[in-house]
Amino acid sequence: MADSDRRIAVSSGTLYDKVWDLHQVAQLPGGATQLFIGLHLIHEVTSPQAFAGLKDLGLTVRHPERTVATVDHIVPTTSQLRPFADPLAEEMLATLEANCAEHGITLHGLGSGRQGIVHVIAPELGLTQPGMTVACGDSHTSTHGAFGAIAFGIGTSQVRDVLASQSLAMGKLKVRRIWVDGKLQSGVYAKDLVLHVIRTLGVKGGVGYAYEFAGPAIDALSMEERMTLCNMAIEGGARCGYVNPDQVTFDYLKGRPFAPSGSAWDEAVAWWSNLASCADAVFDHEVRFDAASIAPTITWGITPGQGIGVDETVPTLEQTDPDERPLAEEAYRYMDLQPGAPIAGTPVDVCFIGSCTNGRLSDLQAAAAVAKGRHVAPGIKAFVVPGSEQVAAAAEAEGLDKLFVEAGFEWREPGCSMCLAMNPDRLEGRQISASSSNRNFKGRQGSASGRTLLMSPAMVAAAAINGRVSDVRTLLNA
Amino acid sequence: MSSSTPFPSGSISSVSGTTVVVRGDDIDTDRIIPARFLKCVTFDALGPAAFADDRAELAGRASGQHPFDRPEHQGASILLVNRNFGCGSSREHAPQALMRWGIRVVVGESFAEIFYGNCLALGIPCLMADHDTMLAIQQAAEADPARSFSVDVAEATLRAGEQSWPLDLQQGPRQMLATGQWDATGQLLANDEALVATVQRLPYLSGFTAT
Repeated sequence: MADSDRRIAVSSGTLYDKVWDLHQVAQLPGGATQLFIGLHLIHEVTSPQAFAGLKDLGLTVRHPERTVATVDHIVPTTSQLRPFADPLAEEMLATLEANCAEHGITLHGLGSGRQGIVHVIAPELGLTQPGMTVACGDSHTSTHGAFGAIAFGIGTSQVRDVLASQSLAMGKLKVRRIWVDGKLQSGVYAKDLVLHVIRTLGVKGGVGYAYEFAGPAIDALSMEERMTLCNMAIEGGARCGYVNPDQVTFDYLKGRPFAPSGSAWDEAVAWWSNLASCADAVFDHEVRFDAASIAPTITWGITPGQGIGVDETVPTLEQTDPDERPLAEEAYRYMDLQPGAPIAGTPVDVCFIGSCTNGRLSDLQAAAAVAKGRHVAPGIKAFVVPGSEQVAAAAEAEGLDKLFVEAGFEWREPGCSMCLAMNPDRLEGRQISASSSNRNFKGRQGSASGRTLLMSPAMVAAAAINGRVSDVRTLLNA
Repeated sequence: MSSSTPFPSGSISSVSGTTVVVRGDDIDTDRIIPARFLKCVTFDALGPAAFADDRAELAGRASGQHPFDRPEHQGASILLVNRNFGCGSSREHAPQALMRWGIRVVVGESFAEIFYGNCLALGIPCLMADHDTMLAIQQAAEADPARSFSVDVAEATLRAGEQSWPLDLQQGPRQMLATGQWDATGQLLANDEALVATVQRLPYLSGFTAT
């Protein structure tokens, strides 16, 4: 290919269209598109079988420099000394280490200063950039869309395919623009916004779509808030969500270890700036929201779509769409919550602040603002798990660890922790948790009968202080 | 139980066998395979763990065992579900567990995308039916668990004796299954020249230095 062709013109349309076009390799016989993957992230849970599959086929890693590894799901958050107490966890990490060493893949391991939840570290290292395609064997890969990347979760066979070919067989999605006017109230966060969107559009509403989040309320969000928003696109059924890159994006990226620097920085910003959806871009569907009308939002049921404002009551069957009633009845039984009862005041047992949704510095700051000068209620287990070693270091530098410990929270080591309980952090029996994570599925937090109420980190802190679900706005204004 | 029939390979034009109905919308992959079973470096042992917590919850209940535990469904290869089956986590462990339990085809009202793709990559077709058709299929299957059904993948039709129900399967996956090209690896490796060209035109892969 001639040099003059190397900087191909960016096509028109949505950001999704442009990034898709740029990364198309070929049309495959089955009708799918072969899509180049610019950044491939791997972790210990969904990669071992992919490397084994690669070996079975006699293949090697096509672009080892485009795959980056870390360990997050299985790491304990109390002691991270090796070998881990759990031999299965130790075997998984040892397997990842061996696979990365064999194939020349960079692993940001424990104690490197760069380890953490894969969706926290890739952005903070500057690996995730606008206009990239990003894939990872984890559904919350949608997080990286916050940068104007097309990012999506894949299964292990597809991890093998990316390792082998740096590409995937994909079908193109439709694009729904979620336009948010206005401004979030004090005490209302990106987490509340996305829970509100999912509550409105449903957990199936996004199937077949990429979600473009746009409008004044989105422009006003920090990068960390945008990550929270895009992280949960998948909970609304949308395999990827994204925000158009802007000055907020560029300011976040500048100076990060793997971000462009020097004269390349200006070139990069120029290219990134052209990727945003054009003013005349046509969307397959559009929905509008008003940020100012959104209250702190919390789930009461067993899907992330079963959410309500903290000042509302658990919906009755009559208030529920007929199609959704069987699920609502299952949720009443499982959660042991009464239809028509207020959600505020529901007693909790465990309070978890962390995860790829809400384990970043600003999340911990928001929780700390609530916890400061107060104390966790008696009998409540409350703990804070920073999303990465860098988040932990930054939080400790401003004394958040001490603030949390003085307030009665445990301060832990980075990892996925109780979001999915593949490590020692889990609910016991019928315990009910206030959790800043992303899924309230039955059994999600490690007990087959354990219950989860999803909410923002500040709302989790408020629940910890009062021992029951509380409107954080009353504590912030106190 | 564990599967006694071979895993899918080559062209997949039809799947025949008995059925198992798992009712409910939004059944997520944490329920299909709880996270604690993901602590493994091979998929080999996942079959018996399919729906582990749901099965334990229903064991001994008056309402009856989970369908995966009922004797009449042991050996079933056709899974009949409702809306948004396989939502949530991208874990391929979910279809791997179903496949190792014995499932070779899934028919439902709709599927979560990542789950659907993971099934296709294993050669497990996921076909769709509209709400009323699906309820009729589930009713017919539950009425006679010993009855043999056949999913014609190429024609997207479910048959049992004289009865038949229309299903939906997109042209792409239908063709991939019919031609045995559902495993994409070989196709992806066939276009290396085009892959190199793609690498050369992406500015972020050349340090934004191309002129």
